[in-house]
Amino acid sequence: MRRGETGEPSELDLMAIACLLPSLLYVLVMFVYPFLYGIYLSLRPLKVDGFSLANYFAFFTDQYQYKTVGITFRLAIPNTVVVVAFSLLLAYNMRRGIWLERTITTILVLPISLGVILLGQGILGFYGGKGWFNQMLLGLGLLEEGLVLTHNFTGVMLSLFMQQFPFCFLMLLGYISGIDPSIENSARTLGANPWTVFYRVMLPLIAPGLAIAFALVFVMSFATFPSAILLGQPTGATRTIAIAAYAQAFEMFDMSYASAIAVIMGIFQLAGLLVILLLRKRMVMAATMGVGKR
Amino acid sequence: MKETIDSLRFRITKRFGTKTVLRDFALEVRGKQFITFLGPSGCGKSTALNIIAGLIPATDGEVWIDGERIDHLPPEKRGFGMVFQNYALFPHMTVFVNIAFGLQLQHRPAAEIRERVRQMLDLVQLPGFEGRYPGQLSGGQQQRIAIARALVLHPRLLLLDEPLSNLDAKLRIEMRAEIKGLHTSLGLTSIYVTHDQVEALSLSDWVVVMRDGLLIQAGTPQEIHDQPVNVFVADFMGFRNFFPAQVVTLGPDRDVEAAGNGMKIRGKTRHIFTPGASVVAAIRPDDVVIGGDARGPNAFRAKVEIVEYLGREDEAILTLEVGGRLWVRTAARMTPGENITVVLPPDRVIFLPSEGSGGTA
Amino acid sequence: MRRRMWVLALYMLVLGFILNLLGIVSHVVVSSFARRWFGTPFPRSLTTAWYTYAWKEFGLAHVLGVTIFVALTVVFLALLIGFPSAYILARRNFRGKPLLLLLYFLPLLIPQMTYGIPLATTLFRYGIGGTVAGVILAVMVPMVPLAIFILMPFFEQISLNLEWGAAMMGANRFQIFRRILLPLALPGLLTAGVLILVNTVSNFELTFLVSGAGSQTLVVALFYNVFAGGVRPVYSVDAMAVMYMTMVMILLVIALRFVRPTQMVFRLDKR
Repeated sequence: MRRGETGEPSELDLMAIACLLPSLLYVLVMFVYPFLYGIYLSLRPLKVDGFSLANYFAFFTDQYQYKTVGITFRLAIPNTVVVVAFSLLLAYNMRRGIWLERTITTILVLPISLGVILLGQGILGFYGGKGWFNQMLLGLGLLEEGLVLTHNFTGVMLSLFMQQFPFCFLMLLGYISGIDPSIENSARTLGANPWTVFYRVMLPLIAPGLAIAFALVFVMSFATFPSAILLGQPTGATRTIAIAAYAQAFEMFDMSYASAIAVIMGIFQLAGLLVILLLRKRMVMAATMGVGKR
Repeated sequence: MKETIDSLRFRITKRFGTKTVLRDFALEVRGKQFITFLGPSGCGKSTALNIIAGLIPATDGEVWIDGERIDHLPPEKRGFGMVFQNYALFPHMTVFVNIAFGLQLQHRPAAEIRERVRQMLDLVQLPGFEGRYPGQLSGGQQQRIAIARALVLHPRLLLLDEPLSNLDAKLRIEMRAEIKGLHTSLGLTSIYVTHDQVEALSLSDWVVVMRDGLLIQAGTPQEIHDQPVNVFVADFMGFRNFFPAQVVTLGPDRDVEAAGNGMKIRGKTRHIFTPGASVVAAIRPDDVVIGGDARGPNAFRAKVEIVEYLGREDEAILTLEVGGRLWVRTAARMTPGENITVVLPPDRVIFLPSEGSGGTA
Repeated sequence: MRRRMWVLALYMLVLGFILNLLGIVSHVVVSSFARRWFGTPFPRSLTTAWYTYAWKEFGLAHVLGVTIFVALTVVFLALLIGFPSAYILARRNFRGKPLLLLLYFLPLLIPQMTYGIPLATTLFRYGIGGTVAGVILAVMVPMVPLAIFILMPFFEQISLNLEWGAAMMGANRFQIFRRILLPLALPGLLTAGVLILVNTVSNFELTFLVSGAGSQTLVVALFYNVFAGGVRPVYSVDAMAVMYMTMVMILLVIALRFVRPTQMVFRLDKR
């Protein structure tokens, strides 16, 4: 038997198969099968006999429906950028530990426990037209008119930010802390100021983790459902593709069409991911090229 | 900025929370000297180096270069070169860019940068390595690139933090010679941190022995080696035989005769003792003489327990008839179980204060 | 000094975030204690009646029971089948391993709505839709992979030499598991358990699609009550939301005593 890197035989023995089987079966039965079934369903429209792409045509010819793709991207991408940028900013500066680190980390992570409903209600109440935030700004005379922060893109993004920032921040903090501190130290002794250290030395080393964080947050943002309903305009400006799929399934009871929309959603999300991964390669190349001049 | 310094002076204290890592650690270093901070792990030597580099702030104290205080200067403005224990090469940059990094930050013309990097690679005996990545280099090669990277900027002070500890024994010996050669030929001022006394002795003009954040003894390698000031330093420098005793008589020329545990020993000391004082007699394994006059001074009967063959010499552990163990290193061959006579030549025996009174020199 | 300004700015940002968080949460909390509240900065009078109202009207005892039962069951089952798989994936290399890892990653990658709709359809077809069992089965789909990916790095940190050493001293597979692996993997199990718990309790899409009247978790019940045709006073909904938050927050605070926050997320460095 060949020896793998970890020193174990690299063939799967009985024990290995026994260990893997339960989870593998579970994923195959409860995920792959329904997933394939969904694709199958999407190709068997209600009003047509046999297989057909009618659902897909219907989606891409109905403006109310295909608009949702653009809306979802317009929501997901800016949100991802903001979440990742903010997380990077904080995580990078906390990489060596700061005063009250444990406390601050705990506080920054607590939003995980809020729940999307409380967040929704809270954002509506705090940032709403008559909410505390606006009342404060008006009361202090800083503004003439209240800011419209809810029942629109901004409201949804606020909710998404609060839900995703804790995870993204923790991921980046863990990753950045894992970079050998003497690399940074050596750059400083060579004359680099803190910004140069970040831009030319640390950022290229953080880039891989950054790309994965970006991808994961994008995935979370793209599928947004309850936030878009609670804090946006689910029938209009913030009708995301998830809402479209749901509506088709449980309001129109057209499972076939709903599955088609779900499949389209999956495809667009994966396409978005691919673009991110390709961009990451370009980004890493650019960052290191700039320093590779001979 | 001048490329050399005339003097470096500091007195620093450092606390991490409730732990005091450096207590009033003070020193004056002259230009072109090779200084080593020598001590066991945790004695504060790396911390001191990092404070001098400006990477961490001192809790208390000052650092002066040529009469100017530099504590407020960030590391990038101090003009020191630093070589780290794990080399800290930038993994995503080629060897060329690693070395050129500092020069690029100084906005030197490209042609000058190319030339200086090439010269530096020649100096560390890795010509033509510009295009390689750190991941493709062996440990010794990485170490040389790290040195090249620090030296190419003509630093006025070179700081080295245990640069050789990650290398294998043979490489360590080679690199030691190279570092010393570079220091001398470039006229550098260097501060070197290590726990290895052989490195300290072979490289330095001046050795500073540290323990628990305190300076225990500072002196030339000869002084530290031959005249350690207390048991800690002696032990660190290879004296493995220690015998507690009380002073019986004192003679002229700092001669001492002491007795303890059934032994009568004669030797020398650099300290001032009174009769009856508790002392420790110390002698190196290689100074013990096998055979000799059993009735002479410092002669003892002993039984050979364990013998290790070291090639040109044997190293052995003996049990003295009067009790106690003796480490011996000698060209004379011994066999386990043998009963022999050993002599501790009085001019090779030193007397040190009893433990607990570890003073400074 | 520029450095000081920068640090100050950062602390301000953190402060801003915290104030933002406080503002959002306290608005809901205040609302839950308001007798009535229209347009004024602060309600005129306060009451705790909405909590009892919510408890009775929304059948919170039952919903809470369902939520806890679902959460604990999912944690237990996901760890049970994820633990051995994570061990093998951490220790062994074999042809097709990257493919297998990709397969496990898919339920975390593909939107829950995308596979949730056909999953719900299937479950309903087989009569388990709308039941607590159905909810458990559905939520486990992304949780099993999550368990695996969180546990793998913990296993990678347990040196193989420890197992070999035990074997040399005569331990069989089961003893190695019980006395070496299990204790050393405990931090990993805790971390994964906490994460799965939080994710299950807060899971929306899958539970929403699969649950029925008697099998709703807190989040889903909350959602329905927000949109229940205006019959539910917003204060009672806020009270329910506060109860949810308190429950999860206590859980999280306890968990953070045992688990380091940075270990609760994906390890981004795949080594």
